Amino acid sequence: MDKREEILLISGVDPKKCMRCGKCSATCPSYDEMEYHPHQFVYMVETGNIEPLLESKSLYKCLSCFACIERCPRDVEPAKLVEAVRLCAIRQKGANHIKAEDVPELVDEDTPQQLLMSVFRKYSK
Amino acid sequence: MHRIGVFVCHCGTNIAATVDVKAVAEAALNETGVVFSADYQYMCSEAGQTLVQDTIKEHKLTGVVVCSCSPRMHEATFRKAAAKAGLNSYMVEIANIREQCSWIHKDMMSGTEKAVILMRAAVAKVKLNAPLTPGQTPVTKRALVIGGGIAGIQTALDIAEAGFDVDIVEKQPTIGGKMTQIDKTFPTLDCASCILTPKMVDCAQNEKIHIYSYSEVESVTGFVGNFTVKIKRKARYIDEKKCTGCGECIEKCPMKKVPNEFNLGLDNRKAIYIPFAQAVPKVATIDSNYCIKLKTGKCGLCSTVCGAGAIDYTQQDTIIEEKYGAIVAATGYNPINIEKFDEFAYSQSPDVITSLELERLMNAAGPSNGTLVRPSYLSNQHDPEAHPHTIVFVQCVGSRSTECRKGSKEYCSKICCMYTAKHAMLIREKYPDTDVYVFYIDVRTPGKLFDEFYRRAVEQYGVHYIKGMVGKVAPKADGKLNVQASDLISNEQLHIDADLVVLATAIEPDKSARSIGTMLTASMDTNDFFTEAHPKLRPVESPTAGVFLSGVAQGPKDIPETVTQASAAAAKVIGILVKDQLTGNPCVAHSDELMCNGCSACEKVCPYGAITYSDKEFRQPDRTVAIRRVASVNPAVCQGCGACTVACPSGAMDLKGFSNQQIMAEVDAICR
Ligand SMILES: Cc1cc2nc3c(=O)[nH]c(=O)nc-3n(C[C@H](O)[C@H](O)[C@H](O)COP(=O)(O)OP(=O)(O)OC[C@H]3O[C@@H](n4cnc5c(N)ncnc54)[C@H](O)[C@@H]3O)c2cc1C
Ligand code: SF4
Ligand code: SF4
Ligand code: SF4
Ligand code: SF4
Repeated sequence: MDKREEILLISGVDPKKCMRCGKCSATCPSYDEMEYHPHQFVYMVETGNIEPLLESKSLYKCLSCFACIERCPRDVEPAKLVEAVRLCAIRQKGANHIKAEDVPELVDEDTPQQLLMSVFRKYSK
Repeated sequence: MHRIGVFVCHCGTNIAATVDVKAVAEAALNETGVVFSADYQYMCSEAGQTLVQDTIKEHKLTGVVVCSCSPRMHEATFRKAAAKAGLNSYMVEIANIREQCSWIHKDMMSGTEKAVILMRAAVAKVKLNAPLTPGQTPVTKRALVIGGGIAGIQTALDIAEAGFDVDIVEKQPTIGGKMTQIDKTFPTLDCASCILTPKMVDCAQNEKIHIYSYSEVESVTGFVGNFTVKIKRKARYIDEKKCTGCGECIEKCPMKKVPNEFNLGLDNRKAIYIPFAQAVPKVATIDSNYCIKLKTGKCGLCSTVCGAGAIDYTQQDTIIEEKYGAIVAATGYNPINIEKFDEFAYSQSPDVITSLELERLMNAAGPSNGTLVRPSYLSNQHDPEAHPHTIVFVQCVGSRSTECRKGSKEYCSKICCMYTAKHAMLIREKYPDTDVYVFYIDVRTPGKLFDEFYRRAVEQYGVHYIKGMVGKVAPKADGKLNVQASDLISNEQLHIDADLVVLATAIEPDKSARSIGTMLTASMDTNDFFTEAHPKLRPVESPTAGVFLSGVAQGPKDIPETVTQASAAAAKVIGILVKDQLTGNPCVAHSDELMCNGCSACEKVCPYGAITYSDKEFRQPDRTVAIRRVASVNPAVCQGCGACTVACPSGAMDLKGFSNQQIMAEVDAICR
């Protein structure tokens, strides 16, 4: 299966529904930290331009706040695509974005257990 | 002896590409009773019709089957042709081998097989056809227009111009509709009331036009040419004939805190009111929800000051009944409720407004006398902060959106790109110190001089058009509105501190349209816009005979299109009213009194009220006489829908031209 199909399958998103209004990106609180913005994820997946996305730090900047899903007038659900590309990236061999040994440095006493769990789930194989 | 002729149409390649028309024509000759068959390129053409006529004469045909497009397209054409050749029109049957066959099949084999079957069914049916003669019914030469916006006004004026009486039923105290609330109109920027008021006055002065303002349609019965309509005249507690519209009463009324719907709640009015200076009829109305006298029995000030003695606190709703030959639905639209779109903070900040509210803020008769102020400063208009410097327009709010946003509309509201360009341009013209931004998905400006108009806003008036949407509006502590938006061309997220945000709100049909549609048995689409009889070729007629459509009630449109359609609807109405008699449809139901057991099942399902019962005497086999209750159908009212024939448990109801026997013969032929 090629990457594009895999992403569409994981996300269940149909990027053809996008009317390119940009409301997702207008809404996104992580916009300035992202190299590729939610509407670009939708467009790039649609056109099969996946490699730059897989490489991009933007994958780890999405807060999963789902504001883009909530506001999209065409029910495209961009955040699900971001999530699917992310899954695709970490499923690649050796593409762990975070290693167990890096964790202690990032943790302070306020860090909830749940966060650690989800970091591993999201960012490593 | 049957002598049937079968004619198979190619419809160019529409049919011939997937149906072997020659094979169908040949197969027809195997049917008993068929004495002639032929295929032809275009049966509906003059040559095709002549072929039918010549064959009828030459072969002394008793019945004709045309295998062609849907009977909705050309049944009437071939019936007329047959009649000209001396064959009763109702001896013609259509086998639909286009919409129901060639257009839905891909391969020749199955297409041809099905076409042959459909031809066989039509031949089986035509053998049981009987000649029918349509009846004539007289026409009531008066029309009803429901809704008195610019659509209803124009329709009424045109019908009156042709010399017919026409009544307008308007639920508000005045006619005029939304156009009375608009300041200037695109694309020429003439003042809306300057062009509308003369038309409203013409309505009032035209002796052929009667305006029932503050009134609603209660019920509609009857059929084309003969509708009976009950109209509720809501109590306005004023004698319309006596009131001179002087406004003394309004001056004195102590109840000042009533939200003024004409200004969309941006200011208040009194409990007794005339919506605006140019109202037609210019008559006061007491709002019973707020009047102190009507609520508590005290006050009564208005009646003491009214010199004309027009005020009557005892007035009640009254129902009047009128007869009409034709009815026009012109119930218009309203902006949708955008409180649910909370990302735009409409319910959080008074400075986030709809475009219609902006029209009132820019209008000389509006709450700020035409000076553009931030609504949060309406009570303090001279404060230097009242003037907005940065204004953001958001297009497509609630339009072009799937069901995922509740209350939003999938369609494009069509008028908002143009009125937003108008607003932006007018603001920049009057207040050159303002910064005006328009966020758009697409700018849709098809129409004469429309794109030129929008380009003027950009090129001459310096309006900043930005391709992208607003994601969020957040009111800040200092009263400004933080607008977070995307600029898709520069690939940036923008943050603009705005003083005023204007939402180009989607429009939807008036909420009452659905119940009006039900009363008229006029069909509507899923958005509650009235459906036209044919989207291209019969755009101002409803599929229900005698019911016509005018204005936004049929779909979003601007004033030029509304007026065009209004006049077209009037032309259709006049086409009915000029006739003394209408030719009915002879394919109506009739009951076999010997089989009817008077159960009332048919009466309950008849949508037109065509069925009545009477007690009749019947001679029994033993020569005694029994009295039984039996159904009979008024052929002038029956529309031939056939609902009763299905409901009748005794098989007593049957439809002429579509008898149970004929339908069974078709089924048999198909299953053979
Ligand atoms: C903000 C804004 C700006 C606009 N600017 C322009 C412009 O510059 N140029 C332009 O061409 N167009 C403009 N338009 C569009 C214009 O308003 C419409 O094209 C026009 O008003 C349609 O007229 P109508 O008669 O179909 O509907 P309406 O104006 O809505 O009239 C319908 C009438 O029917 C009445 N009614 C409804 N239901 C019933 C019922 N059940 N019984 C009795 N009466 C009923 C209503 O009270 C109303 O009086 C603008 C629209 C908006 C929202
Ligand atoms: S879910 Fe991710 S992409 Fe969507 S708005 Fe939130 S941060 Fe942005
Ligand atoms: S909000 Fe939806 S329709 Fe608009 S650009 Fe984003 S994904 Fe496409
Ligand atoms: S009676 Fe009602 S409408 Fe008349 S002045 Fe008093 S409150 Fe106003
Ligand atoms: S007319 Fe323009 S603003 Fe209105 S819904 Fe259509 S595209 Fe959007």
